[in-house]
Amino acid sequence: MTYIIKRLLLFIPTLIGVITLVFLILHAIPGSPATRVLGEFATAESIAEFERRLGLDRPLIEQYIDFVTSYATGDFGESYRTGEEVIDQLALELPYTLHLVTAGMIIAIIIGVGLGIVSAIKPNSLLDNIGRIIALLGVSMPVFWSGMILIILFGLKLGWFPIIGAGDTGDVPDILHRLVLPAFTVGFLTSGVIMRMTRSSMLEVLDQDYIRTAFSKGLADTIVYLKHALKNAAIPIVTVIGLSFGGLLSGTVLTETIFARHGLGKFLVDAILWKDYPAAQGCIFVISLMFLVINLITDLIYGVLDPRIRHA
Amino acid sequence: MHLLQIKNLKTYFYTTDGIGKAVDDVTFSLEKSETLGLVGESGCGKSVTALSVMRLLKEPPARIVNGQILFDGTDLLRRTKKDIKAILGKRISMIFQEPMTSLNPVYTIGDQIAEMLSLHEDLAKKQSWERAVDMLAKVQIPSPEKRAYEYPHQLSGGMRQRAMIAMALACNPEILIADEPTTALDVTVQAQIIDLMMQLKNEFGTAILLITHDLGVVAQTAERIVVMYTGKIVEEAETLAIFEDPKHPYTRGLLQSLPNIGYRSFSRRQPLHEIEGIVPSLYGLPQGCSFHPRCPDVMAICRQTAPKLVDIGDNHNVQCHLYP
Ligand SMILES: Nc1ncnc2c1ncn2[C@@H]1O[C@H](COP(=O)(O)OP(=O)(O)OP(=O)(O)O)[C@@H](O)[C@H]1O
Ligand SMILES: [Mg+2]
Repeated sequence: MTYIIKRLLLFIPTLIGVITLVFLILHAIPGSPATRVLGEFATAESIAEFERRLGLDRPLIEQYIDFVTSYATGDFGESYRTGEEVIDQLALELPYTLHLVTAGMIIAIIIGVGLGIVSAIKPNSLLDNIGRIIALLGVSMPVFWSGMILIILFGLKLGWFPIIGAGDTGDVPDILHRLVLPAFTVGFLTSGVIMRMTRSSMLEVLDQDYIRTAFSKGLADTIVYLKHALKNAAIPIVTVIGLSFGGLLSGTVLTETIFARHGLGKFLVDAILWKDYPAAQGCIFVISLMFLVINLITDLIYGVLDPRIRHA
Repeated sequence: MHLLQIKNLKTYFYTTDGIGKAVDDVTFSLEKSETLGLVGESGCGKSVTALSVMRLLKEPPARIVNGQILFDGTDLLRRTKKDIKAILGKRISMIFQEPMTSLNPVYTIGDQIAEMLSLHEDLAKKQSWERAVDMLAKVQIPSPEKRAYEYPHQLSGGMRQRAMIAMALACNPEILIADEPTTALDVTVQAQIIDLMMQLKNEFGTAILLITHDLGVVAQTAERIVVMYTGKIVEEAETLAIFEDPKHPYTRGLLQSLPNIGYRSFSRRQPLHEIEGIVPSLYGLPQGCSFHPRCPDVMAICRQTAPKLVDIGDNHNVQCHLYP
């Protein structure tokens, strides 16, 4: 219990750190944001006017405190481009990305953990070698390439899945149908790392004395592998899943562009192209927040998996 | 009929160094409710023999190339995997040398014992748990209801070995194979664990194959002793005969390297004595009798031909050219 509380308390300073980083994105880049937004040939008056309107002329510390408090209250500012509240725009885009991230993660875990276990049970067998080739492809194939292949094969040649757009909100079968190809693109990318970690972690655990004990009890092989071995092998696997989440998110950004889907990825790319700082900052904040939450979940899972961590 | 009979067992390791004959034509049997000591220096094939019976060897590199393991009138080596799994844990169970690592660190000891019971005894969860707690009480773990909820890392080495024994005996097996159950423990704890095993053996009538490299451990417990060297049985006899009248020079060497344990004829003090030389590697065994480079009584024939196991009467078998 204290472990959970400790871990939750740690979340607060991390969050402040993230907000600080997001704040610095705007200010650490050389030159005034005004020149970057308004262009090299903007007049001195228009720059001054821009900076005054956005409060950029105030002392940095004042701006920082302002920024943190408004972020803490969920106020991400207004988009330069549209004048809309950034948070409202993000709320519209977020579900699409969450769908893709979740589906991609599930696929990555199923492929990665599944192949990893099979590989570890019979190392150097045909299945193991196939699994390792798939993992290598997953790790080394960029999403725009694997995405293209999926589009060409299953979208254009076979016509099984639509290749553009994320579907209308509310139409669940349509959303799922449109999710398949991008989710595989994202999931495949991540599955390789997960597979390799599962394989090596399982191989190590399968060599342990307590696995021999489990077999000596007369337990079925599947029980030994899935109950006794996997739970012990799980901590590095969960760690890698947590860590590869960053790669998965960046894969998602690209994949959304490839499949012309709505979502944070496309939103972020547009925001950057338009030098729409509040929108970009808000978006980066939300993405970082997802990363933090995943890390938190990972740490909490450690506690569930290993009594030694829980009791530490 | 013997309870368990191992006949001409050969278990080899196929490695890049060549073929390691870890168990090479081993024959012995275990009777109902008997304690049999299997003794020999490190690397002589005791564990591989036990693991062959339990079918717990990784194949490859190991392979049982020949022999029979007769249990219940049938050859375990010819039974299906499913049959074997029904026997393991239920009728033949095993405890291991390393209590620190032989229990699964992520499950409570209660869970690990109850798992055995719900698997083999068809008990509901609650009953399995209750029986598990009973077993913990039987192995004299204090406050077993509470301890059942603890994880292995919360127990001392001796307590873990007690938990292992509780697990191994949970289904009241006919045979318990104990592979150096006390080697990793403190001397005082060793004696307690051996006492406990003997007490439970009398209560349940379990036959025990007690594997050890320490003749002292089997002196008071085993009825018969099998001595192994480089994968072969060199001597087999009743415990008293082994201690009073050891035949094989290797057995004599083992006895001389034993500190005074208070066994009757051994109470005259002798300086501690080690067998000279080291156990040869399985992958480069000497010609003839594999013990000859270390043997104080070596003869010309020992360097050329390997001796055969001969019965010299009174169920005393010895494999040495001194006894043609
Ligand atoms: N996995 C393996 N690969 C190759 N050879 C092995 C393997 N396991 C055991 N051996 C060989 O089998 C021989 C017998 O090993 P075993 O574990 O049965 O010895 P032991 O008598 O139990 O010794 P100890 O007292 O150290 O436990 C060893 O000398 C070793 O060379
Ligand atoms: Mg051993």
